[in-house]
Amino acid sequence: MRLKSGGHIDRTTTIGFRFNRKVFTGHPGDTLASALMANGVRLMGRSFKYHRPRGVLTAGSEEPNALVELRTGDRQEPNTRATMIELHDGLQARSQNAWPSLRFDALAVNDRLSNLLTAGFYYKTFMWPASFWEKLYEPLIRRAAGLGAITARPDPDSYDKGYLHCDLLVIGAGPAGLMAALTAGRAGARVILADEDFRLGGRLNAERICIAHMAGSDWAAQAAAELVSLPNVRMLPRCTVFGAFDHGIYGAIERVADHLARPAKDQPRQILWRITSRRALLCAGAIERPIAFADNDRPGILTAGALRAYANRWAAAPAGRVAVFTNNDDGHRTVADLQAHGVEVAALIDARAKAPDLPGVELLKGAQVTGSRGRLGLREITVRLASGELRRIAVGGLGVSGGWNPNVALCCHQGARPEWREKIAAFVPGRALPPGLGVAGAAGGAFSTHAALETGALEARDALDALGLAARAPDLPQAEDAPIRITPFWHVAAKGRAWLDFQNDVTVKDIRLAHQEGFRAVEHLKRYTTLGMATDQGKTANMGGLAVMAELTGQSIAQTGTTMFRPPYTPVTLGALAGRARGALFRPARLTPSHHWATEQGAVFVEAGLWLRAQYFPRPGESQWRESVDREVLATRKSLGVCDVTTLGKIDVQGSDAAAFLNRIYCNAFSKLAVGRVRYGLMLREDGIAFDDGTAARMAEDHFVVTTTTANAVPVYRHMEFARQCLWPEMDVQLISTTEAWAQYAIAGPNARRLLQKLVDPDFDISNEGFPFMACAELTICGGCRARLFRISFSGELAYELAVPTRYGDALMRRIMAAGAEFNITPYGTEALGVMRIEKGHVAGNELNGQTTALNLGLGRMVSRNKDSIGAVLSRREGLNGPDALHLVGVRPKSPQTRIPAGAHLLERGAKPVAANDLGYLTSACYSPSLQSYIALGLLKNGQARIGEVLRAASPLTGQDVEVEITSPHFIDPEGARLRA
Amino acid sequence: MHDLSPLTGLGASTPREDTIGAVVITDAPDWALASVTARAGEGHDCREILADLLGAPCPEVARHAQGPQHGAFWIGAESWMIEAPFDPARDLALALRTVLGARASVTEQTDAWVRFDLSAPDLAPLLERLSNLDHAGMAPGTARRTVIDHMGCYLLRHAGHATIYAPRSTARSLHHAIVTAARSQQSGRAPRA
Repeated sequence: MRLKSGGHIDRTTTIGFRFNRKVFTGHPGDTLASALMANGVRLMGRSFKYHRPRGVLTAGSEEPNALVELRTGDRQEPNTRATMIELHDGLQARSQNAWPSLRFDALAVNDRLSNLLTAGFYYKTFMWPASFWEKLYEPLIRRAAGLGAITARPDPDSYDKGYLHCDLLVIGAGPAGLMAALTAGRAGARVILADEDFRLGGRLNAERICIAHMAGSDWAAQAAAELVSLPNVRMLPRCTVFGAFDHGIYGAIERVADHLARPAKDQPRQILWRITSRRALLCAGAIERPIAFADNDRPGILTAGALRAYANRWAAAPAGRVAVFTNNDDGHRTVADLQAHGVEVAALIDARAKAPDLPGVELLKGAQVTGSRGRLGLREITVRLASGELRRIAVGGLGVSGGWNPNVALCCHQGARPEWREKIAAFVPGRALPPGLGVAGAAGGAFSTHAALETGALEARDALDALGLAARAPDLPQAEDAPIRITPFWHVAAKGRAWLDFQNDVTVKDIRLAHQEGFRAVEHLKRYTTLGMATDQGKTANMGGLAVMAELTGQSIAQTGTTMFRPPYTPVTLGALAGRARGALFRPARLTPSHHWATEQGAVFVEAGLWLRAQYFPRPGESQWRESVDREVLATRKSLGVCDVTTLGKIDVQGSDAAAFLNRIYCNAFSKLAVGRVRYGLMLREDGIAFDDGTAARMAEDHFVVTTTTANAVPVYRHMEFARQCLWPEMDVQLISTTEAWAQYAIAGPNARRLLQKLVDPDFDISNEGFPFMACAELTICGGCRARLFRISFSGELAYELAVPTRYGDALMRRIMAAGAEFNITPYGTEALGVMRIEKGHVAGNELNGQTTALNLGLGRMVSRNKDSIGAVLSRREGLNGPDALHLVGVRPKSPQTRIPAGAHLLERGAKPVAANDLGYLTSACYSPSLQSYIALGLLKNGQARIGEVLRAASPLTGQDVEVEITSPHFIDPEGARLRA
Repeated sequence: MHDLSPLTGLGASTPREDTIGAVVITDAPDWALASVTARAGEGHDCREILADLLGAPCPEVARHAQGPQHGAFWIGAESWMIEAPFDPARDLALALRTVLGARASVTEQTDAWVRFDLSAPDLAPLLERLSNLDHAGMAPGTARRTVIDHMGCYLLRHAGHATIYAPRSTARSLHHAIVTAARSQQSGRAPRA
């Protein structure tokens, strides 16, 4: 029901919304929960396991019961807390976990079967047959249990992320947080004030207390206005700090557009902020805990503080006649506030025999609520008076207060445990807080308004002191400073199920069962009963469960301890964690200089790391990729092909010790390489295993250009930098990557030189004599464009790599294609590149697999014994050089058209395909259009001695078993005549 | 003069400019770059020559210096990136080699990078969506290495605008990241004091 007056809602504006398809109205300032309550709706959902009718329990983010599916279509979102949803025009929500309707839910039959469905029932019940678990039991249980449903469709909203920095992060904008922010903000510190609510003030908006002789909510508004006016303070309402991480970093989710029907164009729905703080202050308040009694979960039963909040902030109440059940003075405050709003309080049931008097209400001292009635909502409570007499009281609402738990979660995200404080019967933050984090207000156990203001100011000042910033001693406004009077009381001993965890349907009886069955440690208790799991993480439940377990074990609550607190504090949308990185934008793409040209040619691209490389260039009429690749290979070998090889890593090595440096980096010698010449080089890891191969071109006495494989461009550069900075800092050598600076194209085939002669400016001699195999030069092309030319070949053909500044890469590719037309030039992609290198017997990433040595790769003689280099010594280990060492070999099927599976293992004919008979494995396989046969490269034990033998290539994965002949790995032009032509 | 037509990092023949609210994002291809690293024992001389060239002291760690013709920012120990307006007829790296001789290793870097200039009355709200640097605390003349959407970048703060250098091959992804963040920031700007 809506109360006649009061509340921080705009009664001049009415907005419409739907709940379970029924139309209701509310006001700006309402939450979905408050608006439903104001419309007389107490039943809002069904419970997780027993499908019990449930209404709202709290007024904040700790809500376990009132979970709804929000919005429709692609924007439907399950398990959304009605207490956190700002009402807006057109809002649509549905209750969940109920069928066919909320009022009549067929699965409520579970409630009748509760004796069978106790804690851990599925561990015991669904044990056999074991095969049924995945196929039958689990799907059935999942269908019956659970909460809301996801749409399984793409989220249409966008999410953003960002990074903030501050001197002081204040988490929570209640009295402590506002006072802390004012203290630090007035001192000129950079402050961020974040609060999960859309209205700053915390409990000040939910109370009738005064600060500085004005309503607490007015003081909060005044403080917020001052903070907004300070240029050094950033306010983040609707922003939940969900995790405390290392080095003063906090994760926060700002709900930018959740209070709108849908985000505006380009507006993110939420922003994930990573806040780097020099100091942080937790002012997150406290959460009230219920007292467990039989059937304490009926709609209409709320925490007392929530009942008060709905009346004070939203002018709403679950009924016109209510009662309050408490063990502390705060329950008395609820009675006073409700009465002030005209709500009839039938009785104040105080479990304390010596409860203080409260005029104007029937106070039942030493009494306990033992049960409730009402099928879909509270109708009546049963009270056991101090005398033992039972009394029934007709009420539509009940506020229950078992005391308040400081909100310590963020204090414990880095493994710290809270400490028990007897005086308030609650855990408070321990001494081992995350570095830089302080605590103020109710989060630290300072429950009065005065204490909150005082600790907020003092903690802020201490934080600023630690940063060397001076803060003035604050003038604290006058506020109430009521003492905390509580007698711990956790549950009512009586028949019936008394609920502890509303979200997971865990009762006092379940805790007893866990104790009986030996699951007494709190972490075991949690897993066995599911206490404290799911979306609310047991914010209202855990304390009760621990207390009951403590009673059963005879330990104190402090000895019983708490479970581990972990981020996120409240649920975080996965989309917010992904931010802008989703779909095709999941990671950046690196485009080659010829990318746009290749796209025009219809190239099919393949990811190579972050690079997009042309894989092949299909032509009209080619329906299979093999047709394109075969054509590209044959055309290149016959006449001329061009391939973008910009992605190969390029590292500029300069300095008077450049040659000596490369001599140590590569296992083969470089010091005597002549200027204008290129040499193939092999790098080893420290353990002697091959790391990467490439070339080094000597552009000048003190200048080399090193190339790496595409995949290892960064690792090789990092390796070289490590060697330069850490191993040999005395060397005069300088490194820098130039991979991106040059567009580089491989031009291969018998007509490669003839093409280049059309491009290279006439001043430069690129004849076979003037520019022989493994030559390099800086020259100009196309009338003066600076270029680098390397005569190197991966394909085995007469080949060059031509590089120009990247901005001219597109134009050069078009020029190459135009100039090469007379030679029927063919662009080729990475597939043809791979085929040609296998035909030639060149190793690549498949062979440089982190397990092979130079010896394995047929490059053993490259490891110079005349000098030292990284990995050289360890490459000579006995175990790597035995008679059974693997050697690179070529493999051809006995039947040329029989495909050889890559990765197949080599076996003797007739040998069983078991590990003991393994002779080696295939690393690369392809169809060779040049040989019109499938071919492969492989590593075979003592392979060089076995050339000419017939073995089997067997793949346990594909089931293929192929007879193969072992050959030289150099299928094409083994003498190298073509590349020297 | 050769006849190969250049393309920008975004693959266009002319630089692109995007205006999103108060933010202007400009593709700036007309800058030449070359890295300069002092040879062993040549740091002092190298700095003096660069200071003469710049008309300003050689920048220290995480700083940028701007002279009448050249700019420079620190990229490593005794190592700087030199900037100058791009002139197809002038080879910046060659010019630097000429003045520095054997005192430094000079490497052509012009086309290794794509450059975007960002301007707005207040750039911090945009930059805080892109990089984890403390932008509000970055004075003009600051040059920092940072990561934007997984891409390693240099971020230079000037009076009134900022410059981002990123690997040229990532130009399209970086541009998309900046534009998306700018639109997001303009449309969903959080209250800021």
